[in-house]
Amino acid sequence: MSDDIQQRIHATVTGNPVVLYMKGTPQFPQCGFSATAVQILKASGVASFASVNVLDDPEIRQGIKDYANWPTIPQLYIRGEFVGGCDIMREMYQAGELQKLLEGIIEA
Amino acid sequence: MSDSPTVALLKERLAVLQPLQVDIVDDSHRHAGHAGAREGGHYQVTIVAAAFSGKNTLARHRLVHEAVGDLKRSGIHALVIHARAPEEV
Repeated sequence: MSDDIQQRIHATVTGNPVVLYMKGTPQFPQCGFSATAVQILKASGVASFASVNVLDDPEIRQGIKDYANWPTIPQLYIRGEFVGGCDIMREMYQAGELQKLLEGIIEA
Repeated sequence: MSDSPTVALLKERLAVLQPLQVDIVDDSHRHAGHAGAREGGHYQVTIVAAAFSGKNTLARHRLVHEAVGDLKRSGIHALVIHARAPEEV
């Protein structure tokens, strides 16, 4: 595990209110689960969010799994905190919890 | 119908959670052809276990990921998890 990669990830997730690590881009997702994660974020009222395409960088792709100790992508971070992957985002959205978590940064 | 080798392995690994119920659906055919499908199949797991009581979704999924472990690297591309405590069923 490279410390440099971990520091880069830490800087990204703490430097942006909402970050989605995904396969592809919000415009062109390369995986159905990443596409769903983008749709859930948009449905939650987030106008813009930072995204990182893990397919561009194998070190980030592995590094983000180590960072959160979470084996899959997509991964959502809000205010520097790991929230979860696609299933968890869907459950939280359906319960209204994701919208609550995003309150106040929707305008960001 | 008998389980596919991967489904049987999944059930074997999930047994450590002492589940009251495990249902596994193989969705691989719905994803044939897309890039990730080369890494392995798509599965949906519905699991009921006392181990999930009082834990949030994130913690429940971590338990399932830990149990499934290395299977994520061989034969499984995606795992959709529905983890319920007995009192929620």
